[in-house]
This record gives sequence, C-alpha cells and structure tokens, in this order.
Amino acid sequence: MTALLEVRDLRTQFQTEDGFVKAVDGVDFTVESGKTIGIVGESGCGKSVTCLTIMGLNERRNTTSSGEVLFNGEEILGASGSRLRSLRGKEIAMIFQDPMTSLNPVHTVGRQLVETVLLHNDISKAEARARAREALKEVGIPRAEQRVDDYPHQFSGGMRQRAMIAMAMINDPKLLIADEPTTALDVTTQAQILSLMQKLQEDHGTAIVMITHDLGVVAETAHEVVVMYAAKVVERGTVDAIFTAPQHPYTWGLLGSLPRLDAEIDRLAQIPGQPPSLLNPPRGCRFHPRCAYVMDVCREKVPELMGVSHDAAHEQACFLDEETKTREAARLFAATMAAGTSG
Amino acid sequence: MADELLVVEGLKKHFPVTRGIIFQRQIDAVRAVDGVSFTINEGETLGVVGESGCGKSTMARCLLKLIEPTEGKIVFRGRDISKLSRREMRPLRREMMMVFQDPYASLNVRKRVGFIVAEALEVHGIATPAERKRRVQSLLEVVGLNPEHYNRFPHEFSGGQRQRIGIARALAINPTLIVCDEPVSALDVSVQAQILNLLKDLQKEFGLTYIFIAHDLNVVRHISDRVMVMYLGKPVELASRTELYTAPKHPYTGALLGAVPIPDPALGRLRQRVVLEGDVPNPINPPAACNFHPRCPRFHEGHCDVETPELRNVAGHAHTTACHYPLEKWPMTPQEIRYDRSRTAAVGS
Repeated sequence: MTALLEVRDLRTQFQTEDGFVKAVDGVDFTVESGKTIGIVGESGCGKSVTCLTIMGLNERRNTTSSGEVLFNGEEILGASGSRLRSLRGKEIAMIFQDPMTSLNPVHTVGRQLVETVLLHNDISKAEARARAREALKEVGIPRAEQRVDDYPHQFSGGMRQRAMIAMAMINDPKLLIADEPTTALDVTTQAQILSLMQKLQEDHGTAIVMITHDLGVVAETAHEVVVMYAAKVVERGTVDAIFTAPQHPYTWGLLGSLPRLDAEIDRLAQIPGQPPSLLNPPRGCRFHPRCAYVMDVCREKVPELMGVSHDAAHEQACFLDEETKTREAARLFAATMAAGTSG
Repeated sequence: MADELLVVEGLKKHFPVTRGIIFQRQIDAVRAVDGVSFTINEGETLGVVGESGCGKSTMARCLLKLIEPTEGKIVFRGRDISKLSRREMRPLRREMMMVFQDPYASLNVRKRVGFIVAEALEVHGIATPAERKRRVQSLLEVVGLNPEHYNRFPHEFSGGQRQRIGIARALAINPTLIVCDEPVSALDVSVQAQILNLLKDLQKEFGLTYIFIAHDLNVVRHISDRVMVMYLGKPVELASRTELYTAPKHPYTGALLGAVPIPDPALGRLRQRVVLEGDVPNPINPPAACNFHPRCPRFHEGHCDVETPELRNVAGHAHTTACHYPLEKWPMTPQEIRYDRSRTAAVGS
C-alpha cells in the first residue's frame, strides 16, 4: 500500500524581530488512506505549523520551509498557488479549532457550502444547493432543509463544528486535516463529533491527520501517533505501542501527568519546568533540562529517531538504553494499572 | 463529623431579559442557577462539573456575593451572608478568595507582581509595608516562584507561572475558602499537573477548603472529595468522588462519564459508548419537570415530563440524585444505552 501523504524532513522557520523561530525542525511521517494519524504535543510544539505548512497556508513573507511533502506522490511543498488552490477543499480539507471564527458570520451556512462545491465542480447552483443539504443531513443537523439558510450564529457550538465538517467533506477529500477539532467543545458534544468523524471515515475511506493535545482523544481515534516536543518528533508508533510501551521520557511525563477518570491517583507525576523557547532551544536533546534521566550525552548530542528493537513501526529519539526504558515504562504502566484496579 | 463551613440552601440567580429602551420591562429570565443546595465541611474539596452554560461559574460568583443572588440562603460559619451589604461583607472577604480561569485576563497588566499579590493585604490593612513585602516574597516561594519575581510584570511569565501568581494572590490573606473557577483549563497537561499538585499541597499545608469548578471530569476526580454534577442550573447528582465515578446514578452523569475519552486504547475499544444526542436546552425556557428528559435514555413519558424529581438519597447516606429512574448498573448495559423511546412510552402509558 502506498502512502497518501508522505512528509520528509519538514522544516519551517519564521523570521521574527527577535530572530529565527524554528517552529518545525525535521518532522517525518506518512499517512495511509483510511487511517488516522494523531499528532500530540503541548502548545507551541509545532503541531499546527506542521499542518499549515502541508497545506501551504503559512504567510510567505516571513516563512521559509524545506523538506518534502508528497501527496499521492506529487510534491506539494512550494507548489504554485493555483495548484494548491485546486487541491485545497477538493483533495485535502481542513477543520479548525474554533468553528465560530472559521465560519463567515455574514453569509449563510448554505452559501458557504455551495461556494466550496462550485469552486471545484462544474455543476449548477441548484445542484450545489442540493449537495449542501445532503452534506448537512449526513453530519446529523436536524431539519437540514431549513437550517441550510441559517447564519452561523444561529447554530450551537457543536452544530457549527458539524457544519465545518460538512464543508470539509462535501467534495469527498482524500485527506482531512483536523486541527484540535474538539478542543472548544463540551465532552458530550466532543463525543458526538468524534463518532461522526469516525463514521465519515468508514463511509468515505478518508485519511485523517488529527492534531490535538488531548491524549484521550488520540487514544480513541488514532491508529498511529506522533509525539512532538519543541518542534521535533520525539516518538512515533502505533497507538497501542505509544500507550502501552512508551519509550521516550517526555511521553512518560505526558501520560503520567494526566489525571485519570478510571483511577484515583494521589499525586500526579509532573514534568518540572516549562517547554523551551524555540528562538533559542537547548543544546542537545531539547527535553534534557526537564528530563529525570538526563545523561552527559543528552546535553551535547541531538538524538535521532531510532527504531525500537522488538517493534519495527515504533521509533523514538532518546539516548537511554532499551533495558532501562523497558523497566521504567513497565514501572509507569504498573502504577496506573494498579491504581486502575483499586479505583 | 467535621465542621460545616458553608451551607447553601435553594440558591437561585435569574438574570432578567428586558425589552424596550426607555421603559424597560422584564419579559423573561435566564435561570442561570435554579435551586442549588449543598454543604461544605472545613478542609474539604467540593468539585462542581457540568457543561458550559450550566451555571457553575454564576453559582461561584453568587457564593462570594460578587453578584447578588435572586433567592436562597448562603450560610458561612453559621451566619447568613446572602442579605449582607457590601460594607458588611468586607471583613468576611478575608475568609474567601477566588482563582480565575484565564491567567492572562485576571492579572492587571500594568501592575507589578508584588502589588498584585499584596493588594488584598493593603485593602484589609494587614501588616506594615515592609512586612507585606516579606510576606509576598515568601508566598511567591510557597507557590513555586522566585522571590526575585517581586518586581516583574505579568507579561514576563508563562501561563502556568501566571496561574501561580493568581494562587499566591488568593493565599495572601490566609483565607479558609478558595473558589477555583476552571483554574487549569487554559493550561497544557504537564503544567496542569504542576498546578493540581500545588493546590493539593497547599490544602494540606494551610487546611484550605476548595470549591473546584471544572468541565474536565478527570481533573475533578483527581482533586475532589465530593463532586456535584450540574445541568441547566440545577444539581442532578452529589456524591463522594469514588461513588460518583464508579457507581453514578443519574443518566446525565452516566452520559458525561461515557463521553470522556480514556487515554488507553485497549480499554477505550472495550467500552460501550453512550453518545448523548442534541444540545443543552436554552435556560430561558428550560424543558418542563426534569430538565434532562428530552435527551435522557431512561425517559418515561407521563412521569419525567410531568413531575420534577427532587434530590434524594439513593445509595448510602451521602449519595443524592435528582432522577425518578436512577441507573442501577454501571457501566450501562447496551439495552439501557439504546433505550427504545416508543416502547417506553407504551409501557409508561
């Protein structure tokens, strides 16, 4: 099976008044049709910029990008504006975090859906309107025939996000990039939106890149997970590998600092300190100032992504030897499991 | 039994909806908080959860009398404070403080950290300026900042550090009760864990009582002793955290718990998902009787939409819920999740 999207050694930097900010620094991943890949990390780790770069949506004036982004084998990084416009909304669609600011408040939802259809299809307005109604129906908006003429402010938060998804899916794209699609929503609405996205993926075979900071959302939706820290990928693997046998101390920290619904833990394992500034990142491994297992080599050399011996699809960037890691991961996992059974 | 610090009875806050520019007449009311009663003991943490718009924050503001409640009694250390004037409230304000959600909006950008933290001390006329400075510096250390940060401005700090400043400010006058209104929802997970641990440590050290408001059920379970679930301005369930999370009784609590994603793919796949349909109704015109009945999987026609369920004990002495048909099993069985409404209606009639 060939990959739908291949990202190789992607680098993006912004020129600012204070110097160059390397927002994405050597990111690789591949997405296959019908699969979901989750990109997790804290704010400012470069997850959103990665996706904006893939879509060619960064401000050209102060941004330089390098690397390769192959969509269906075609290089789209630095492609012409007209080529990108024909891809966006047709082959690759995007859902943003805040549905209120990403819908146009002065046009009806229907008109915004029709615009997307007419841009990429040579059909009449009436047909486009019929398709817009169908799309709203498919995402579960009640009374879609009437609601198609509503303005975004007449929709609730969950309905707006449904309308955004309808707009993204209306041209049946091969790849859907969802940038924190449920962060602004309540848990019950979040559950509705996530199951809707899963259903649409099954029906249409769309590949999804899910960007989120919520490890729970990733665990429930993604097939593969990429963990980012300070503009770099620190760990990558299948969802089961990441959650049951994580290999990088940052991933341990993230999992440990999570309060659990299914367990009562007295004290959370916190990661000390703050994520570093990307203007002036630490030498060597970027996680070393906050890492409990720091060694001399971490301060000097930058760790590369390396395979894990027993799992070919699992890669991590840490100098720690595998024996220690397996022991520590088992310890971490045992703690939550024990708490899970007692709580 | 520990001492009761705060007793709330039938608290209501209705915001008027008016029409007309010069002659305003009230045409309706937003029932933001509609009959909340609970008790908090000293040294305890009460978690309050619910979706946005359920009245959690309005309730918190009423408790501190930052807004006037429409109805109900708030008894603090045996004294009814709901009718007190602003002047009469002054001395009591030393006992209650608040930590806000957005650490970017809740600190004055033009004031230095030292002033922000010391302001409450100054207002209440506590200590001399030199003592105040020493106290602020030691407070900064208590919350994990550096005493040298005294002369800095808020913009020099990250979100987590700002929230620490907010906590230091709340601690300055040695309050007994701290109301935390979504204190960690604007923070990243690793920083969130730091703040939660800090709040727990401070509670142990100073014997604080918290009312902890959040929409994140994981966080609430972690920090609370007892948890209250709210829906449309009303409490629907109140129980100890272990009971609430392992044996919820109200279908809404069940739906909330079922909607939270679990950071464990194997467990997540095993779980039966309850996806609640529809949106939270408009609090100007809430559904009749039980507010939750239009979305409830256990709805019984002719009962739930006619008779309002009162909060009553279900299991054990401290587990109350407002539901005619509380859940018997947890997790819910597949039949209960896919409750056939037409069939129920036939049985009900």
